[in-house]
Amino acid sequence: MASVTLDNIRKTYPNGYQAIHGVDVDIREGEFLVLVGPSGCGKSTLLRMIAGLEGVTEGTIRIGEREVNKLEPSQRDIAMVFQNYALYPHMSVYANMAYGLKIQGLPKDEIDQRVNAAAEILELTEEQLTRKPRQLSGGQRQRVAMGRAIVREPSVFLFDEPLSNLDAKLRVQMRLEIKRLQERLGITSIYVTHDQVEAMTLGHRLMVLNGGVVEQLGTPIELYERPASLFVAEFIGSPSMNLIPTKLGADGKTIRIADGIELSLANGGLADQAGEEVVFGVRPEHLELASGDEASLPLTATLVEHLGADTLIHGHFGDDRADLTVRLSGTHLVAAGDVLPIRITADHMHLFNPNTEKRLAL
Amino acid sequence: MLKRVHFKPSVLPYLLVAPQIIVTLVFFIWPASQALYQSFLLEDAFGLSTQFVWFDNFIELFEDPLYWGTFSKTIFFSFSVAFLSMAIALCLAVMADRVVKGSGVYRTLLIWPYAVAPVVAGALFFFIFNPTLGILPYLLKFLGYNWNHKLNGNEAMALVIFAAAWKQIAYNFLFFLAGLQSIPKSLIEAAAIDGAGPGRRFWTIIFPLLSPTTFFLLVINVVYAFFETFGVIDALTQGGPANSTQILVYKVYSDGFVGLDLGGSAAQSVILMAIVIGLTFVQFRFVEKKVEY
Repeated sequence: MASVTLDNIRKTYPNGYQAIHGVDVDIREGEFLVLVGPSGCGKSTLLRMIAGLEGVTEGTIRIGEREVNKLEPSQRDIAMVFQNYALYPHMSVYANMAYGLKIQGLPKDEIDQRVNAAAEILELTEEQLTRKPRQLSGGQRQRVAMGRAIVREPSVFLFDEPLSNLDAKLRVQMRLEIKRLQERLGITSIYVTHDQVEAMTLGHRLMVLNGGVVEQLGTPIELYERPASLFVAEFIGSPSMNLIPTKLGADGKTIRIADGIELSLANGGLADQAGEEVVFGVRPEHLELASGDEASLPLTATLVEHLGADTLIHGHFGDDRADLTVRLSGTHLVAAGDVLPIRITADHMHLFNPNTEKRLAL
Repeated sequence: MLKRVHFKPSVLPYLLVAPQIIVTLVFFIWPASQALYQSFLLEDAFGLSTQFVWFDNFIELFEDPLYWGTFSKTIFFSFSVAFLSMAIALCLAVMADRVVKGSGVYRTLLIWPYAVAPVVAGALFFFIFNPTLGILPYLLKFLGYNWNHKLNGNEAMALVIFAAAWKQIAYNFLFFLAGLQSIPKSLIEAAAIDGAGPGRRFWTIIFPLLSPTTFFLLVINVVYAFFETFGVIDALTQGGPANSTQILVYKVYSDGFVGLDLGGSAAQSVILMAIVIGLTFVQFRFVEKKVEY
């Protein structure tokens, strides 16, 4: 086990393209950090830099107390699970897992013991150990790839989108297994994914990357409750947050979200930015049905999706054309054209500056 | 099952395949059947009388120690050529695979020797290694080595092996390069993380994964060395000195067209034909199925 420290890490390719614009993070011992972002955001590059598969243009990477910038991947005491598993196709499962240990020159019975221990943790049978990777199913290959990482007993696990080649059902199952495994072994892990559900469920902390820049670093709940930027607000949560470009009221205490519909903001609003343009955000699950004579906003439904556990209603307030999504739990028999009374609680409102795209504190 | 499409009967498809069929008949099937027929005949050198002798030509060949000598020489020659050209091509391919800048130019240049005709390749080596005016014997003399392949059979053999192998390097290079590029990069990276150095990665990961390509090329190169090196040998040594570079194909030529033993020569070519059929079978049977890893 070891901590991992990234200090002002930058990556510029020889063609001048800057992939990573200065990343700082302290990953604690035993922590599970998830790097998440859309494709091309630099998350894999960052992981590969930690692994030593890509050079570092600027900044330092430390694993434990050791600076590893110039070390070979093999000297960094890490293990990596690849997206396509990268199992050696010509070797048996056993040989795949034992490969790294053989190179380390461990005695045969210790290799045997470690491989069998890992196989047991991952529920790989004795018979499966003798097979070739291509004779295994996707989920089993995934396990072998993790087994190959476990047997080396590294200080840090690196995962590069390990679940993206699996079907949806298996992905959920393997996600749980990875989480259990990490908790059981307590090894510092860095996990790259573009899937926000994976990110939210697996990580102790999440680092949201966009265009090589860290948008936000925090626990899943922090990211969900207080997204630091428009990008994070849209990226985390499904369906994504409703965002309405609008203006603060003349006193800064209210906000207009549709023709003739104004809401008062929490904590007295933003008096110093009265009249400024802002982006108002509210998550679909925070738009609730108002009961009885409560003050409510009329939402005209245009499309209804029934998910069973939830009902997604797409619609707009009043005559405004801005599309909104409402997520109501349970089944609601709503038809297109119906008008629903909706209420928004003040503490679930988010405001962003449309120019800097940063969160405005209420 | 796909439904068959029915066209109205027409001569057009026959006309379209006719050139291919005619070429095959005139240049392959007819000469092959002639050779088969000839191999049962005994003819005098002037072509005045012909006698049908059944398998006598074959029996004579198999009882001839010279023929068996040629056979083992051919096998040595073929495998040397295959090994040498494949080893060099693999080295070049591994290096070319790592080149980042100007890789296109580098690769194109490496492929060029394949476009050189065998006789021209022979002529090139003829001048380079010529004992009296060649540059290499001249340089070797400084090292105290007296190169003369016109007198030394081993040197002559080495020379034809070099020349024949050189011709084939470009072809092997292409296949090895394609094979190397089809190995997923992440496998190499995984091995690097597992602690394997470049040499170990090559021998434990890359080389085993190239084995289908290697096997395919082995068959192709052996066939090449067996049958397509006539031009190289004819230009360089004419099978000499003292038959030391006479391989099977060359013996067919020298026995038939120089020695005018048409029946014996035909019998040899029938044996060669059988070898080709065997190698083709091996190739289809095992290469098509891919060497499994």
